[in-house]
Amino acid sequence: MWRFIAGRLLQAIPVILAVITVTFFLVRVAPGGPFDSEKAVIPEVKAALEAQYRLDLPLGQQYLAYLQDLARGELGPSFKYPGRSVNELIAAGLPATAELGAYALLVAVVLGGLAGVVASLKPNSAQDYIPMSVAMIGICMPTFLLGPLLVLVFGIHLEWLPVAGWGDIPGDKILPSLTLGAAYAAYIARLSRAGMLEVMSQDYIRTARAKGLPEWQVVTRHALRGGLIPVVAFLGPAFAGLLAGSFVVETIFQIPGLGRFYVQAAFNRDYTMILGTTVFLSTLIVLFNLLSDILAAWLNPRLRAQYGEA
Amino acid sequence: MPLLSVRDLQVDFTTRNGRITAVNRIGFNVEPGQITAIIGESGSGKSVACYSLLGLLPTPPASIESGSAVFDGRDLLQMSERELREIRGRDIAMIFQDPMTCLNPYMTVGNQLVEPLIYHRKVTRAQARERALELLAEVGLRDPQATIDQYPHQFSGGMRQRVMIAMALINEPRLLIADEPTTALDVTIQAQILELIAELQRKRNIGVIFISHDLSVVADIADDIVVMEKGHVVERGDRQAIFQAAEHPYTQKLLAAIPAGSKPPADAVREDLIQVRNLCTWFPQGRGAEPLRAVDDVSFTVQRGEVLGLVGESGSGKSTIGRSLLRLVPVTSGEVLFDGTDVTGLAGAGLKQMRRRMQMIFQDPYASLNPRMSVYDTLAEPLLLHGIATRKTVEQGVLQLMDDVGLARAFVRKYPHEFSGGQRQRIAIGRALATRPEFVVADEPVSALDVTIQAQILELMLELGREYGLTMLFVSHDLAVVRHIADRILVLYKGRVVEQGTGDALFNAPQEDYTRQLLQAIPGRGLL
Repeated sequence: MWRFIAGRLLQAIPVILAVITVTFFLVRVAPGGPFDSEKAVIPEVKAALEAQYRLDLPLGQQYLAYLQDLARGELGPSFKYPGRSVNELIAAGLPATAELGAYALLVAVVLGGLAGVVASLKPNSAQDYIPMSVAMIGICMPTFLLGPLLVLVFGIHLEWLPVAGWGDIPGDKILPSLTLGAAYAAYIARLSRAGMLEVMSQDYIRTARAKGLPEWQVVTRHALRGGLIPVVAFLGPAFAGLLAGSFVVETIFQIPGLGRFYVQAAFNRDYTMILGTTVFLSTLIVLFNLLSDILAAWLNPRLRAQYGEA
Repeated sequence: MPLLSVRDLQVDFTTRNGRITAVNRIGFNVEPGQITAIIGESGSGKSVACYSLLGLLPTPPASIESGSAVFDGRDLLQMSERELREIRGRDIAMIFQDPMTCLNPYMTVGNQLVEPLIYHRKVTRAQARERALELLAEVGLRDPQATIDQYPHQFSGGMRQRVMIAMALINEPRLLIADEPTTALDVTIQAQILELIAELQRKRNIGVIFISHDLSVVADIADDIVVMEKGHVVERGDRQAIFQAAEHPYTQKLLAAIPAGSKPPADAVREDLIQVRNLCTWFPQGRGAEPLRAVDDVSFTVQRGEVLGLVGESGSGKSTIGRSLLRLVPVTSGEVLFDGTDVTGLAGAGLKQMRRRMQMIFQDPYASLNPRMSVYDTLAEPLLLHGIATRKTVEQGVLQLMDDVGLARAFVRKYPHEFSGGQRQRIAIGRALATRPEFVVADEPVSALDVTIQAQILELMLELGREYGLTMLFVSHDLAVVRHIADRILVLYKGRVVEQGTGDALFNAPQEDYTRQLLQAIPGRGLL
């Protein structure tokens, strides 16, 4: 098992390196630079700025210098927030984004898993159609529509929950988490339904029934584990999607998270900030994919044996 | 008084094409301490009848229309689900056909084993485990202490079936329903499991319902036999009566389907088409480990027009030999001369050319046909790929193949799932013959089929072999089947050839212990 994990971590290095390289050159190919603005900047000032940020060096050398910094864990200074490093900015935005992502994931797994399992127990009945229709709507509805809609209903009409903010008023974390998690809950509902249906038709479920176990024990003891493995495998990619999608939710609900910095950085051509956030997020995504693979293997003894040998 | 008395049982299924009566007013008895066999081919309703007794059929689509099944003075069919659940796994237990899929792959064997005991008898986990260990030892598992905490995938098929049997017996039921418990197993393992079931049954003096498609399997163990065809019981009697004086034509057909006798010897001396010299196919087993010697220094020849049988149990390397000849697995060393050319060194165009002349028929016609290709596509593909037909002539070629393998031309646009197992194997044979090969490797082509279908497919293969002038390597675990079709037989054990000869020579005068073991394992050999 440890060998498998170490192998996967080693494989992650070229992946992340490729992400860095592609991002590094792509942002520079994009027209405009960090110090372009409507006002003309005095050439001497611009030259001084570029020298300070190493923009005067040839591109290849800039790239190598960046890699050297990265190896020391330095993501460099931000271009747009003078005096602050990218490390500091990420550290400032991360807690809110991570918390939002975690809650949204929780929403997705609990709501989605429950809906999928319930639907699978009586396929092609109301108990199946109703949650699955809701899930379909959840998949189709974009976050930027769902968010304002929830605000309108629960914030403005019913006045149950705050409409914006993060950690200021009790309950203000509920709507953003629901908004972000909804689409993933819907995916997970469909995945877990399909997984459970597949497992429930297996021969060993018949064996369990032949033992005389009551149906709820057949489901919880024999079916759930196998049925939810597809969901576990989906958690890694889902987490990536959550991080990427958090920008919209952070904007709607005025949350001081990482996503907003990220998009602003792209508009501002804040090279180091774009790169820093990309490197950070892609590392997280690789780690979470690995985590969900490990979890799936832990649930499946056959995979466990395979990884154990590898 | 019988232990179980079924009367007038009718089970219907509601399908898209209307109602189908799967079990049509049948009746039979199971006496305590006796084995009652229910025999019939797929779709005869034998399994449905037994599942309906225990409420194990999904309703809908199934519905029990009439009948009674009195067990221990109470009618099972009138019981509530709750009452039935009390009986299932306690008084009546079941074992199923495929031990590979019937155990939960996510739970240790021990945890699955103790479940019925804990649920029905309210014993503690420790007591249940103690009992489970005793039973595992009784069903013949080596070292239960070590294996009880393993997962099903760590067991062989035969061992898993032993675990299933232990699980069924753990509550000391009075009736055991065994649904094709040996069909998915090798002949040698089958013999062991049959013996085990009979022994445990005698010891506990319980009633057993033994469901099978194969009369020969129950020839040694059944007390009573019930023969079913298309939902009806067509004949009933004790073993003696069924085997000595079967009256119904269907029973006679089942008896005739048991492979017996050997092929008449070929007369002319023929040239060698294939010469295999010192073939080794080893599979690496990870760093540092010894490679698995699946095929270890095997030499033999196949003459043009001959059917050579390869016999051995799972893991003997018989399938790997077939695959090595066709270069479907990498050969470690040795030579395979096909018509004078060493195929082990071929690549690219030479290999493609050779593949046209050598084809393979696989074991499981459910898995080996692409479910998204119609029969037409499946058969047309090799014709076009190897340039045997053009766009204009391909339809004619496909229809010709359909005729040859005995499929109605009207089926040509259908997909594999619309066919029965036997029909699918016909499609697979057609696909193999499409390239007009000279040599065919048939890898267990009939072991996934019912005996009656098996007999038809063997007949078809013999006929096509003559018609196409085929040379064939016929791989099987079943010596009786191989004897029926092969001119000569090689017996394999652990990757090596232990004995070879004609079918009659092996049957009448086996030289090696292992061959004798294989002969011993043939079910109902008293009949042959």
